[in-house]
Amino acid sequence: MRISLFIPCFVDQLAPQVGLASVKVLKKLGHEIEFRSEQTCCGQPSFNSGQWDVAREGAIRTLKVFRDAEVVVGPSGSCVAMIKKFYPELLKNTSHAAEADALAQRTFEFSEFIVRKLGITDVGASLKKKVTYHDGCHAMRELRIKEEPRQLLRAVRGLELIETEESESCCGFGGLFAVKFPMISTAMVQVKGGALARTGADYVVSSDPSCLLQIGGWLTREGKPIRPMHIAEVLAEGLTQ
Amino acid sequence: MSNAKDIFLKEATTASADGPQRIFINKALGGYYANRDIQKARYRDWEKARDAASLAKWTAVNDLANTLETFVKKFEGNGGKVHWARDAAEARNIILKLIADAKAKAVVKSKCMTTEEIHLNDALEKAGYSVVESDLGEFIQQLRGEAPYHFVFPCMHVKREEISALFTKHLGTAPTNSPEELTMIARRHLRQLYVDADVGITGANFLIAETGQISITENEGNARLTAALPRVHIALSGIEKVVKNLDDLSVLLPMLATAGAGQPMTCYNTLYSGPQQPGECDGPKEFHLVLLDNARTQLLADPEQRDALHCIRCGACLNVCPIFKNIGGLAYGTTYQGPIGSVITPHLRGLEQWNHLSGASSLCGACTDACPVRIDLHHHLLHNRRNANQASPNLFDRLFHRGFNFVISRPRLFAFGGRVFRFTLPVLKKIPLPYLSAWLKTRDLPPAPAQSFREQWKESNHG
Repeated sequence: MRISLFIPCFVDQLAPQVGLASVKVLKKLGHEIEFRSEQTCCGQPSFNSGQWDVAREGAIRTLKVFRDAEVVVGPSGSCVAMIKKFYPELLKNTSHAAEADALAQRTFEFSEFIVRKLGITDVGASLKKKVTYHDGCHAMRELRIKEEPRQLLRAVRGLELIETEESESCCGFGGLFAVKFPMISTAMVQVKGGALARTGADYVVSSDPSCLLQIGGWLTREGKPIRPMHIAEVLAEGLTQ
Repeated sequence: MSNAKDIFLKEATTASADGPQRIFINKALGGYYANRDIQKARYRDWEKARDAASLAKWTAVNDLANTLETFVKKFEGNGGKVHWARDAAEARNIILKLIADAKAKAVVKSKCMTTEEIHLNDALEKAGYSVVESDLGEFIQQLRGEAPYHFVFPCMHVKREEISALFTKHLGTAPTNSPEELTMIARRHLRQLYVDADVGITGANFLIAETGQISITENEGNARLTAALPRVHIALSGIEKVVKNLDDLSVLLPMLATAGAGQPMTCYNTLYSGPQQPGECDGPKEFHLVLLDNARTQLLADPEQRDALHCIRCGACLNVCPIFKNIGGLAYGTTYQGPIGSVITPHLRGLEQWNHLSGASSLCGACTDACPVRIDLHHHLLHNRRNANQASPNLFDRLFHRGFNFVISRPRLFAFGGRVFRFTLPVLKKIPLPYLSAWLKTRDLPPAPAQSFREQWKESNHG
């Protein structure tokens, strides 16, 4: 399969290792990878801020980028939810509605793609660490992805997966919410990060780099030893090309 | 004081910095989660029950004019009298007139958020009546001179010692730490007041069109006494509380109890069928129902958000909301707190003044998953944000997003801008920039990588 990568703008600029790990894993599974460099941001910040006219422009631009792509895979539940759930809403009753629905159908979040579309749970990775999984809200509640990343993690050799008491609690990122209401956002990550730190895990793993930015940012500021790691990075561990 | 948003920001800042209080609220809700899950597991299929509950409310609300007409005919046929109130002021005036007509001196009330919505207690006190809240939580809040913290658990934030001290101060009772004794103190105080009151005011959880009855759900039995002992019973209800029939009620009553309080059923579920009939020896002589619109018909006219009128005020969305749990109920400054309050308050009290509540959400969606009648709560917060931006755009927001869009619609400019951002980040971190400094106050940013993904992709064999 020829997979077109959808790399969220901040992953591109601030967490490129997540994109590189995604490439490594998908290639290992025998697929051809392309990256269309005309892609930038999906427009979610504007959408969430009520600026739907601005966000609509981003949506139409992204539709054009992926127009003839066979499948689109992105390592972010949140940005993929933007394409899968919110583009159709943003573009309904416009001339782009049918194209938005079609792109939604062939766009997948990274772990969802491997488990649901490819039917694979063991990618051949190994990592001798104790990890806990954080469900990003968009992946869990907009895309209903819950078991898929856990199935993938359980198959990683040497990896011990433990659950966190607050695994379904929001980390408090919420895009611009994190900086428009920083006191509430911080209170939320205190609850989340505190629970994560108490697990004694080496890594908190998530399919959402934005949650990891929030959680990781708070954990390092507070000097907690548990580190953030994207699921693509975990699955790329110990792979031989 | 200044506007609603400034007050909210101030209160939310104070409350979210109060660690012990946040832990107290989280602990208080811990028992609820456990009980709720036990009760949910007793349903053959909780998700299908949610569908049924949602359909029951949809059926009634989408045919609201007819459902209400059927209800009113039956209710008045049973001997009750209906009064229509367009807004809060009309509702207050109707109730004040009914009380004056009854030549009442003392009024007793049971828990009713709609009376909070129309600020009834203030109006009654200004008119010279003594009003007593008979629900224990509301009674405590009344003594504290504070609005309800949570529309189902009004004093969930108050510790036992504080209640004891409050009773000592206002009722002259000896300090005690026992919940049973505290309840008995309130009960002894309230009992005589039911007997002395001329008018009892209640709310209504459901209005049943088929039978013309009103259904009231409670755990303490105080609503029964409020409705039954005084000469005149006045109930106040929003027009959206109507359901078609008893079958629908039979779905909604257990859902209300389980979703809201983790109970299989609330302790007392009473159907009130009218005033005292000839030959009967008790019950009120008069039974009035004030039906309140107060912008509900406006919400009904909004096809996108009218499902917010399906709300049965169970409080489940508050109980699971990380915003509510971290800022508490008082910070909202609204009658209805939490997600449902953030959705409907802009409709009830004005979008411009109250849109900040829709903004103060990470859009996590826990509320929508918890709602027993499937209101699309967190997406409605997005709708409110969009509507607010259309109605009165904020200049800074417009410039920010237009500017951002200018960059991201030019891939080369985006790549260049990203490079500049990464290289200057160590300096930017030291400048008080909006947003960035808000982040850095409590959270680190990882060091920026030398190369972006797109740069590395281009370099490594793909370019």
